[in-house]
Amino acid sequence: MTDQTVTSDSGSAKSAEQSSEFAASRLAGGDGRDAILEVENLRMYFPVKSSGVIRRTVGHVQAVDGVSFQVPAGGALGLVGESGCGKSTTGRLITRLYQPTGGKIMFEGKDIAGLSPKKLMPLRRDIQMIFQDPYTSLNPRHTVGAIVGAPLLIHNVVPKKKVLPRVQELLEVVGLNPEHYNRYPNEFSGGQRQRIGIARALTLQPKLLVADEPVSALDVSIQAQVVNLLQDLQREFDISFLFIAHDLAVVRHFCPEVAVMYLGKIVEIADRETLYNHPQHPYTQALLSAVPDVKQAAIGGRRERIRLEGDVPSPINPPSGCRFRTRCPLAQEICAKQEPPLLQIGERHKVACHFAGEIGQHPTKPVTARLLGIDDQGNPDPGATPDPNAVEQPGFADTWYDVQGGHLGAKA
Amino acid sequence: MTSQAPLLSVKDLKVHFPTQDGIVKATDGLSFDLESGKTLGIVGESGSGKSVSSSAILGLHRGTSAKVSGEIVLNDTDLLTISDEQMRRRRGKNVAMIFQDPLSAMHPYYTVGNQIMEAYLVHNKVSKREAKTRAIEMLDRVGIPQPDRRVNDYPHQFSGGMRQRAMIAMGLINNPGLLIADEPTTALDVTVQAQILDLLQDLQREFNAAIIIITHDLGVIAEMADDVLVMYAGRAVEYGPCKEILTHPEMPYTWGLLSSVPDVTGDTDARLIPIPGLPPSLLNPPSGCAFHPRCTHKDKVKGNLCKTEMPELLPGNRGPEHTKRCHLADPEQIYFTEILPEIAPDLVEEFAEVNPDGSVGDAEPVRSSDAAAEAEEKKI
Repeated sequence: MTDQTVTSDSGSAKSAEQSSEFAASRLAGGDGRDAILEVENLRMYFPVKSSGVIRRTVGHVQAVDGVSFQVPAGGALGLVGESGCGKSTTGRLITRLYQPTGGKIMFEGKDIAGLSPKKLMPLRRDIQMIFQDPYTSLNPRHTVGAIVGAPLLIHNVVPKKKVLPRVQELLEVVGLNPEHYNRYPNEFSGGQRQRIGIARALTLQPKLLVADEPVSALDVSIQAQVVNLLQDLQREFDISFLFIAHDLAVVRHFCPEVAVMYLGKIVEIADRETLYNHPQHPYTQALLSAVPDVKQAAIGGRRERIRLEGDVPSPINPPSGCRFRTRCPLAQEICAKQEPPLLQIGERHKVACHFAGEIGQHPTKPVTARLLGIDDQGNPDPGATPDPNAVEQPGFADTWYDVQGGHLGAKA
Repeated sequence: MTSQAPLLSVKDLKVHFPTQDGIVKATDGLSFDLESGKTLGIVGESGSGKSVSSSAILGLHRGTSAKVSGEIVLNDTDLLTISDEQMRRRRGKNVAMIFQDPLSAMHPYYTVGNQIMEAYLVHNKVSKREAKTRAIEMLDRVGIPQPDRRVNDYPHQFSGGMRQRAMIAMGLINNPGLLIADEPTTALDVTVQAQILDLLQDLQREFNAAIIIITHDLGVIAEMADDVLVMYAGRAVEYGPCKEILTHPEMPYTWGLLSSVPDVTGDTDARLIPIPGLPPSLLNPPSGCAFHPRCTHKDKVKGNLCKTEMPELLPGNRGPEHTKRCHLADPEQIYFTEILPEIAPDLVEEFAEVNPDGSVGDAEPVRSSDAAAEAEEKKI
């Protein structure tokens, strides 16, 4: 066990009690920009009610269970995972469409997780959302002008007379004809409707946009138009994005940093080069190997796929220990007993696996055991003491756990 | 192509829907052949006529106002000339379909087992007990755990992937020679999609069925299909062997499809090149080439040919198997100098070496002739 005390210039204190205090003030990382959003141990449990007259709570759907991450200002974080893994719930928690069960949502250094609707009101200008389905997220009985102009009226930003010019300006920004403000959503195609949804989200000049599957309902040729539009907007207005999608290729294209979720938890988070080229979590590896690759197939047949058996377990009663263990090809005894922490193993790379390693190079012994104060089978080891630094933190520290060497404090 | 007659031969298929505003030409002159054990992939945007064409093969436009003409020859019988009763006897037995959304394609009121049994009972003189045994066998075959118990479950008790498996079991229970899969994995997650695609390929090998897979996902096509048919505005715009189409596409619409989708291995700084504009209305399609309003290469054709004259589906410079509907004289050169360097500069040389027969460079052809295709059509 190493007790290397680590000092770092950006103030990322490494002891457990200090970490949360410093979390908010810590820098987002290499690019030197502050994190606009910092989420710490965010949880959302939906109660499951019994049938009958007295609807007792019989359990909870643990949709999001202890998620921590950062979104750098002006940057983009991608959130990928299969349906039901909690990525959309995370997005809705950040826009505070739901009241979280626990955890912190630090937006520009202020915790918005427990704010009352009244106090949230001014913040809603800064955090806006783009919804997945452009057919159901626009009111069919309102004109485009009313839809895009509504935020201006609600927040009293501009005098009523100025609403229309501003709406037309926004329509032009997203590539629609400004003269179409008095049309209804049904007169537009899917891609155009998604542009209306984007215009509505841009109306109040937000600092953070939560885009929940913004292109998955669109035709392939239209997807590219919308992705390019979002990229232009990000550059022009310096908006930060939380980009939620199940399409790994789109996320890779849009986000410099990507988090992979499985059953309410983040299993791996890294910059895109690391995540897509050197994934360490068996789930990320399986997910990536399952994506059909046109160019690969065009040259020489398909890649070797990692087959995952079965389906995602129910989030009402998730497996003990590591949640992925029921489908994991590497699972051992320790995985059922001890949940792996989301451990930083590289400059901008965190993974939650006892056997983290690249494909075909997974270690045979759990890399996390000594850190957690347990033996290789997952039983408490009286001789070892858990390392307090193995606590999950939203951002990336300047030092990390060296998987090969088995100690904390590796540095580039 | 072998000399034996193909299992399915579609010639000049037209499906027109008369409406108050005029005739919607959903499919307008579609031709293709498909042999046993082979997979044809049909790609295109929504509204390009992919699904309409395949439901015409299944005879699902009978009894509606749709006007279907042309020829659909399956096992030497033209499906458009036979009676409804004869069609009913073939539907499910010789040709079956897997639908996109397994939740809405299954009846919520009947158990999964009953729905699978029904398909078997209609075409075979067997007892219910035997049919149920067969249904359990099929559920087991498609990888449903504990099939003897799950056979009594209702569709809502199945997950999305399991429902799609049950749909496949239902489609294959009579060993049809032709299976049409309409967007079979669009509603599924990638890991489940991989499972389903693997399953379809395993079953195809086992039953030697011909598969038509309809999708908008070129990745699925790349993994599954032997031949590819690209559809636009109700017509085939490019048709040929899969590898050939993916490495040497000759039609600007196919280029657009390839360049508008980001790739998991591609360059992240490269911009996606969208296809400008919107898919055309089938009620009032553009004059000449239906793609010309969205085509960025129409200036390279002399005169106003693209606007005035519909190009024929003709072989290009790459041999008779690769046909395209385009006026461009040298599409290959444009693709390799203007398109491919933009979307995948690292692949220019590799793709250029792929020969029309699918081999690379001067080496022996690597494309293995599918042994299954030569085997006799298996019937149980």
